[in-house]
Amino acid sequence: MLRLTRGTRIAFGIVVAIVLLFMYVPLFLVIINSFNIAPIASWPITGFTLDWWVRAFQNEALWTAVTNSAIVAAGAMVIALVLGTLAAFALQRYDFFGKHTVNLLIVLPIALPGVVTGVAFSNSFNNVLEPAGIQVGYFGMIIAHATFCIVMVFNNVFARLRRMNPSMQEASMDLGASLWQTFRLVTFPQFRTAFVAGGLLAFALSFDEIVVTIFTAPAGVETLPLWMFNQMARPNEATQVNVIATVLILLSFIPVYVSQRLTRAEEEER
Amino acid sequence: MTTTTTTARTSKPLSTLLYRHRWMRLVGLLSLPLTWLIGLYIVSLALLLVTAFWYIDAFTSKVIPGFTLDNFVLVFSEPAYITTSLRTLGVALAVTLLSAVFAVPLGIFMAKLASPWLRAVLAVAITLPLWAGYLVKILAMRITFTEEGFFNWLMAPFGITGPGFSIVTVVLTLTYLWFPYMALPVYTAIRQIPVNLFDASSDLGAHGFTTIRTVVLPLLWPALIAGSVFTFSLSLGDYIVARFVGGANAQMIGSIIASNINLNPPVAAAFSVIPIAFVVIYLLVTRRTGALERM
Repeated sequence: MLRLTRGTRIAFGIVVAIVLLFMYVPLFLVIINSFNIAPIASWPITGFTLDWWVRAFQNEALWTAVTNSAIVAAGAMVIALVLGTLAAFALQRYDFFGKHTVNLLIVLPIALPGVVTGVAFSNSFNNVLEPAGIQVGYFGMIIAHATFCIVMVFNNVFARLRRMNPSMQEASMDLGASLWQTFRLVTFPQFRTAFVAGGLLAFALSFDEIVVTIFTAPAGVETLPLWMFNQMARPNEATQVNVIATVLILLSFIPVYVSQRLTRAEEEER
Repeated sequence: MTTTTTTARTSKPLSTLLYRHRWMRLVGLLSLPLTWLIGLYIVSLALLLVTAFWYIDAFTSKVIPGFTLDNFVLVFSEPAYITTSLRTLGVALAVTLLSAVFAVPLGIFMAKLASPWLRAVLAVAITLPLWAGYLVKILAMRITFTEEGFFNWLMAPFGITGPGFSIVTVVLTLTYLWFPYMALPVYTAIRQIPVNLFDASSDLGAHGFTTIRTVVLPLLWPALIAGSVFTFSLSLGDYIVARFVGGANAQMIGSIIASNINLNPPVAAAFSVIPIAFVVIYLLVTRRTGALERM
């Protein structure tokens, strides 16, 4: 047992309270401000209105931005799922020269600042590919996002593969199944949850990304974070952004709930 | 039974080939990810870094390929740039320190003092803001610390004025964004400390605080370092926070890269080397501690 004096326990309790207040009060302020009648953020709020909610839902630029974000995130997720899973199998199952370098290569796009990644891609797209007659356009964003999403899938699948028993696959092959049959019927079902979790993380990461997007989005195309960014840059018009922020805060309950259920289901399986 | 007979009879040349040659399987697995990462990402980074040696034509303001070290000289000699680099480094270290200072008591409370029910609630409470969106959290901090905002209203009776939009708010906001990345590994590490270590420490006469200092903290180093990799590198590269809650005097390295990329790409490229160097040095230093293998 850790024996702490009453005073220390209370002090620790106060620290926890401060952390929780610090984490949640600002989020509540966003939610309340989305109903604030004043067009500029202020406290205490002067009156209640649903006006910003109505306007946000009628805002076509906003819906286009949501659609763009969903398309980019889905594209990045699919690419990251394929590349991340392949890399996880290679690094988990084989020992080879340069293994650590490959590992570093996968982590690098997320470890380096987004502004460096964004500027590097925008430089290649605009100053190298475009003069060569290749217009990446919309795909530029998907390419850039997929690059830093690979690590999400990789980490999840890699961790699961490490816990899997390789003799199951050997048994399958010994019984005459082809590589593809073994993968489809034996291997994949064993890491399916990690695969799905990695994909969801990749989707969420891309959906939320702003810095790389600023540099790689083609002119006139907005993702949801880019739309929010542009709204926030004009503080006097930043009213609908509170609405969409509130929606995003409420949506964040879903992944937490799902991950809770998944861990519970996994614990029961064991 | 039908399926077994068919599978047994079908010849599988590709499977057999791949089964016999290990290197072919490896090449098959690695070729796509490596082509993507090297062909698109590393080549892009290299092209950017090469630009750092190019220069701008004074009259046409076009980028001319060549070789000059002027851009690097500028980055390391211009006082405003040096100040910005040092400020950014200071901010990243402050965020890391602040996160650690709060993560340890929080972790001890959750792992050792809270009831199982409260522990579960707190674990969810720390994870939830991770999903709330990067810009959402910046917006939330902006609303909290704005001139007529909540913080100033709350502190007004005490005669205290909040930090407003300043470097302090930048540190607070970055801590707000990345704190869970520190808190979660620290909490997990405290939970993994065997209970009998606490008993032993207590039996040998150590008070609670002595136990925390001499038993818990040394065992927490790997977790603190793992968490610091996130808090440090994510803060180091950030410039959006400085833009929205930093006011006039909180420029970060990223701000300079972003504002120069269209005006003077060679200088922006030369400046990118600094955060890359900081992150790589930090990763190398932390790697020596062996903390990264556990991540």
